[in-house]
Amino acid sequence: MLRTNAHVSKSRHGAPGFVLAGKFTAQFDFMKLHCDGSGFSVAAELERGRSDMSQVRLLVGTKKGAFVLTADGTRKDWKVSGPHFAGWEMYHLKGSPVDPSRIYASQSSGWFGQVMQRSDDGGETWAAVGNKFEYEGDAGAHQWYDGTAHPWEFKRVWHIEPSLTDPDTVYAGIEDAALFKSMDGGASWQELSGLRKHGTGPAWQPGAGGMCLHTIILDPENAERMYIAISAAGAFRTDDGGASWKPINKGLHSLYIPNPTAEVGHCVHHIAMHPAKPGTLFMQKHWDVMRSDDAGDSWTEISGDLPTDFGFVIDVHAHEPETLYVVPIKSDAEHFPLDGKLRVYRSRAGGNEWEPLTAGLPQSDCYVNVLRDAMSVDKLDECGVYFGTTGGQVYASTDAGDSWKAIVRDLPAVLSVEAQTIA
Amino acid sequence: MRRVRVELPSSLCRLARVDREIKVEVVGAVTQSTVLDAVETRCPMLVGTIRDSATKVRRPFIRFFACEEDLSHLSPDEPLPEAVANGSQVFLIIGAIAGG
Repeated sequence: MLRTNAHVSKSRHGAPGFVLAGKFTAQFDFMKLHCDGSGFSVAAELERGRSDMSQVRLLVGTKKGAFVLTADGTRKDWKVSGPHFAGWEMYHLKGSPVDPSRIYASQSSGWFGQVMQRSDDGGETWAAVGNKFEYEGDAGAHQWYDGTAHPWEFKRVWHIEPSLTDPDTVYAGIEDAALFKSMDGGASWQELSGLRKHGTGPAWQPGAGGMCLHTIILDPENAERMYIAISAAGAFRTDDGGASWKPINKGLHSLYIPNPTAEVGHCVHHIAMHPAKPGTLFMQKHWDVMRSDDAGDSWTEISGDLPTDFGFVIDVHAHEPETLYVVPIKSDAEHFPLDGKLRVYRSRAGGNEWEPLTAGLPQSDCYVNVLRDAMSVDKLDECGVYFGTTGGQVYASTDAGDSWKAIVRDLPAVLSVEAQTIA
Repeated sequence: MRRVRVELPSSLCRLARVDREIKVEVVGAVTQSTVLDAVETRCPMLVGTIRDSATKVRRPFIRFFACEEDLSHLSPDEPLPEAVANGSQVFLIIGAIAGG
């Protein structure tokens, strides 16, 4: 299926892998070959797709079901499928980068709890998989809103992150904050308890939305490294595959906690990374847009000329590691765009200098929110950018943000959007 | 062995891909625990949706009705009414009203 004039070169971080990069005549421009020590596994990852040969699939999670939106590479006409799991809160759906037909979904309900779903055919059909998320050992306690100790209790899965190399391996970020891993396609889940037990866990406190682990980022060049973020504990990194963790919040400044520069306690809303620069991270914090160029060891503010630096989403252009997108929200008390104008802001300079993107977006009387997992980019030549709103619109830009068009306008409140670029 | 009729909430019917009313076979005493064990054996995807998968405690917004009575607060091991055990009455699993 894949033919290439490939060359093999050592990955930038050296062991444990090699990167096999080549120009394919057919479906993929690049393919990454990873070695995990026990043999090679192939991750066919679409790095850049041709619009005349590709398809885009958007996985949209809403408050009352999931929707799958598909279009060919022109991204003009969209087919809407759904609601899947009608009536359930679909916090997140995400496909495997290795096998795009493999999609995991988090389905939850105040009545019926957590269900995990898996599709092996691109969202056509689904099957329930394992939903037992049991904390390892004595669950212990974290701080409650009033500062008292509160037992760790499982509530729901906020975020799903499939492995970059194995479709059966997937991570789940849950509330109350913990990280779980499945290596059997979601059938069973084991906690990576080194995170919760690394020492600061008892000091973690929930944000208004609960104490959720909402961001998981896997380093494409170092299989042992990953980043996670928790509201309202902050960001953390492991360099040993999840066995041990350390807070990476130096440089964050949060006026809503007693010590604004504390090691933990920061309300990180989302983090984004470009796979070509895995040591550079971009963060939308409760207030402040931040950047790290040393894998989170230190952060500097890049809010620059944004009209407000409160917000939830942040994402990076698929082919330009210094091009960022945020959606500024008025304030922590007023979760809607400033002046009723829905504006995406783009920086082509890695932050500080931002330009409003408004073409096709409502510029009056708009009071929706854009939640933390509700923005995504595709990998076509002309990068597509997508985001969903709590008003039920899913907007698409096929020109890297210059102009926007609503694919759908009247879905339930959108919780998450993930784009898949399929050859 | 007793054959017990159980009615599920519509959300769980769709999840389990079964009709609203299902019949389950219970060996021994017919109690909440044994009925729910039988439901979960027949429909494994319902594990955790009616009661906690580890503690077996009823989820807070789930109620059990039968014979025009709320049986939610019975001990899980207390026998259910004979009319439920003999299949003449349905054991209703209800999603509690929650909203405003």
